[in-house]
Amino acid sequence: MFSRDRWDEILQALTANKFRTFLTAFGVFWGITILVLLLALTNGLRNGVTADFGNFATNSMFMWTQGTTKAYKGLPKGRRFNFKLEDVETLKREIPALRYVSPRHQLGGYNGANNVVRGTKTGAFTIYGDYPEYIKQQPMDIIQGRFLSYSDIDSKRKVCVIGEDVVKAMYDKGEDALGTYVKINGVNFLVIGTFKASNSGDQEEDANTIFMPFTTFGQAFNRGDSVGWMAITAKDGTSVTSVKAKILELMRASHKVHPEDERAIGNFDLSEAFGRVNGLFSILGFVGYFVGALVLMSGIIGISNIMLIVVKERTREIGVRRALGASPWTIKSQVLQESLLLTIISGMVGISFAAFVIFIMNYILDQSGPVDNFANPSVSMSVIFIALFILVVSGLLAGLIPANSATKMKPVDALRME
Amino acid sequence: MIEIKDLHKSYHMGNNSLHVLKGINFSVKEGELVSIMGSSGSGKSTLLNILGMLDEADEGSYTLGDVPIKNLNEKIAANYRNKFLGFIFQSFNLINYKSALDNVALPLYYQGVKRKERAEKAMHYLEKVGLAEWSHHLPSELSGGQKQRVAIARALASDPKVLLADEPTGALDTKTSYEVMDLIQGINDEGKTILVVTHEHDIAQMTKRIVNLKDGLIIDDSKVEQIRASAHV
Repeated sequence: MFSRDRWDEILQALTANKFRTFLTAFGVFWGITILVLLLALTNGLRNGVTADFGNFATNSMFMWTQGTTKAYKGLPKGRRFNFKLEDVETLKREIPALRYVSPRHQLGGYNGANNVVRGTKTGAFTIYGDYPEYIKQQPMDIIQGRFLSYSDIDSKRKVCVIGEDVVKAMYDKGEDALGTYVKINGVNFLVIGTFKASNSGDQEEDANTIFMPFTTFGQAFNRGDSVGWMAITAKDGTSVTSVKAKILELMRASHKVHPEDERAIGNFDLSEAFGRVNGLFSILGFVGYFVGALVLMSGIIGISNIMLIVVKERTREIGVRRALGASPWTIKSQVLQESLLLTIISGMVGISFAAFVIFIMNYILDQSGPVDNFANPSVSMSVIFIALFILVVSGLLAGLIPANSATKMKPVDALRME
Repeated sequence: MIEIKDLHKSYHMGNNSLHVLKGINFSVKEGELVSIMGSSGSGKSTLLNILGMLDEADEGSYTLGDVPIKNLNEKIAANYRNKFLGFIFQSFNLINYKSALDNVALPLYYQGVKRKERAEKAMHYLEKVGLAEWSHHLPSELSGGQKQRVAIARALASDPKVLLADEPTGALDTKTSYEVMDLIQGINDEGKTILVVTHEHDIAQMTKRIVNLKDGLIIDDSKVEQIRASAHV
C-alpha cells in the first residue's frame, strides 16, 4: 500500500500548497502539544503534592486524645485522659486487620526550645519515643549503626538514633557520632545509629529528629505507662478507613468516653486524605485528556476541512485520474493517506515539541530548586502511545468524509467541473 | 471494434427530462479514424462519454472489442477505461503539479506497471510526440500544442484499443490544430482506432469518416476523402 509511487503521489499533493499544508498541520501540532503538556503538568502537580505525604505508609491513621466533651458514667465533661500501653494490646487483639500499632511519645518539635546538648553545642530537635516497627511505617535510611530494637525496649536502654541534620549541628565535620553521648533534657543517651529520610517528604523536618526507645522515653521523662499518640497501619487489602470506626469505638469504651463523643479522640486518616488527593488527580488527569482531546479535535476538524477543500479543488483532477483508470478505492485511500500522513507527522512534531518544553521546565526546576506542590512534570511512554493512537484514529476520521466526497461525483461530472 | 445498438440517454433535471440520445446505431471497425460532428446539444459529447464509460446509457447495447459494456460498477469501469481507452480532452486535463513524463506515466501507474518500466514507456511515447526534451517540464511551462501532445502521449501510454478525442483542437489555433491532427493521423496510420468529436469542418475533413449528429440521431454517416494535415502545416 505504501509503495514509493504512493509516497510520491502524496508528497506531491501535500507540497503543492506548502503554506496551507503547514497551517493545517499546525492545528494538530498545537492540539497534541497542549494534550501532552496538560498531562505533564497534571503529573507534575501530582508528584509535588504526593511528595508532601512523604513515604509514610499510606494505609495509616494517627490518633490522639483531646479531652471529653460529654459527661458519661458519672465522669464530668472536659476530663483529660491518656492512651495506655494496654490500649495498644487491646487494638492488636481485637482488630486482626491492623498491621502495626505504634504508640509514640514526642518532645520538642516545631519552634521548640533547645533541648539537646553535647559539649559546647546545643540544638532544638524533635525527640520521639518509638517501637522498632515504626521504621516500617515511615521508611528511613540508616546510614550508620542500627535502628531501635526490642532488646532496647525491654531493657529500657538509654540509646538514640539521630538524623543527619542533628549530626551536622552537634558534631564537627568528620567526627564519628556512633558511640558518643548526647544530653537530651539533661539525660545522657548513647548514639547507636544515624539516619537520613529516604528521598521524598518533608526531609528537613525528618532529618532534625532523634528516636529513642518508647520505654526509655517513658521512664526518662516521667510518662509512666501513658501513650502520647498512636500511628496505626492496617494490613494490605484492608483500608484503615474501614476499621477506623471500630478502633475509635474500642478506645472510647476502654476510657469511659460517651460513645457519641466525637471530639474526645482526635484522628487523622492518612489513607483517606491520600485517597482524596489521588482522586483529585485522577479527575485532573481526566480533565487533561478531555481538554487536550478537544483542542486536538479542533485541529482534526481543521485537517478534515482542508482536505474537503483540497478534494473540491481537485475534483477535475480526480475526474481525470478516474478517466485514466484510477479505481474509487485508489482515490479514497490516497485522500485517507494524505490526511493520515499530515496528522501523524504534525502530531509527532507536537509530541517532540511538548517533550522539549517539559525538558526546559525540568531544567528550570532543577536550577531554581524545589517549588511547592510541583515536581518533575513528565508523561509516561503509555501516554505517548495513547496520543499516537488518538492521532492515527483521528487522522483516519479526518480523511473519511473528504475521501468519500472525492468519489461521490460521477467522473463525467467531475471532468466538467471548472 | 465498437458496436452500438439503439442507444438512448436522457437527463433529468427536476421535472424536466431531456432526451439527448434517441436511438443511436453505430459501429466502428478497427483502424478507422471517425469524426463525430454536430451542433452543440446534438448529443455528440454525451455519445463520447458513454463510449468512454464515463457515463452510462439508459437503453441499448455497447460492445467494445468483444467485451459487452453493461452493468459496470465504478471499479470495473475504471479498469476497462484504463485497459481499453485513451482520452484526449479539449482542455488537455494534465495534472499541473506533475511533470510531462509523470503525466504520461499515470495510466501505467494505475495499471501497476513498475516504476522503471513506466518511465521508459512514458519516455518512448513522449519521443513519439516529439517532446522528449520537455519530459521534466511542468504543464505550465508548455505551450497549448505541446500540452495536447503530452495528453496524446498519455492517451497512448496504456496502448488502448480506442482513442477518444473530445474537441482535441478546440483550445488551439489553426496552425497548432493542424499539427495535432497531423499527429493523430500518424497514430491512425499505425493502425489505432480513433474517434474525434469536433464541430470544425476542416478538422472533420482530416478524418476518414464523418458521422453527423442532430437532435440525438445520426442524420448522416459517410466516408470522406482524407485531407492530410501535413499539407497545411
